Amino acid sequence: MSASTSETLRVGMDLISIEEVAASVDHFGDRYVMRLFTPHEIETCRTGGCAARGRDAYAVDSLAARFAAKEAVVKVLRPVEMQPDWRSIEIHRMTGGWCEIRLSGQAAELAAEAGIGELTVSLSHETSVAGAVVVGRCLERERGV
Amino acid sequence: MTVDETIRQVLAEHGRLAVPVDSLGDDTDLFGAGMTSHASVNVMLALEDAFDFEFSEKMLKKSTFESIGAIRTGVLEMTGG
Repeated sequence: MSASTSETLRVGMDLISIEEVAASVDHFGDRYVMRLFTPHEIETCRTGGCAARGRDAYAVDSLAARFAAKEAVVKVLRPVEMQPDWRSIEIHRMTGGWCEIRLSGQAAELAAEAGIGELTVSLSHETSVAGAVVVGRCLERERGV
Repeated sequence: MTVDETIRQVLAEHGRLAVPVDSLGDDTDLFGAGMTSHASVNVMLALEDAFDFEFSEKMLKKSTFESIGAIRTGVLEMTGG
């Protein structure tokens, strides 16, 4: 019996209403933000001063794009039961302005189980909608006879 | 207000369902009824506010929020009801 690997791609995409995210920030405040986003993501999207509250404290279009990216990553990971903690998927903004995906915890475990070695993301938003596309490169081990 | 009434009120306010909450049975699939992943986050936070607890990490799975019956089970587990 021999074993070989084949490379496949998985694609996930998601759209979300920016107003929906803004309304959640208004209603639940920092508790909403801290349950979904990592400290890096919060720092990247925080725009208001210390006194700013609700949607005034964040670039909600950027938060929405990051949530869409997290959901797109989940679609690539294809969890059967356990939903990975949203914060175990980080949309990391690089100095040049583009974003990379960094996984930890449950999300990293799901990626390892699926043989996903690389994830790339593209974010976009306009006036009312934010979206993201994620592509995962997956190395699957095949057994031959 | 009973536990079920509170759950239904939270779903009506935050579930963004495509159908009236009154039309949902105990086992109706809420995601099938239009609740998105993002709406389920709002439902989770609103339930925590309504019942004054925080869902444990092991409860944060899709099945916890898939139906009114499943939510009731989770709430009662977290509140010791």
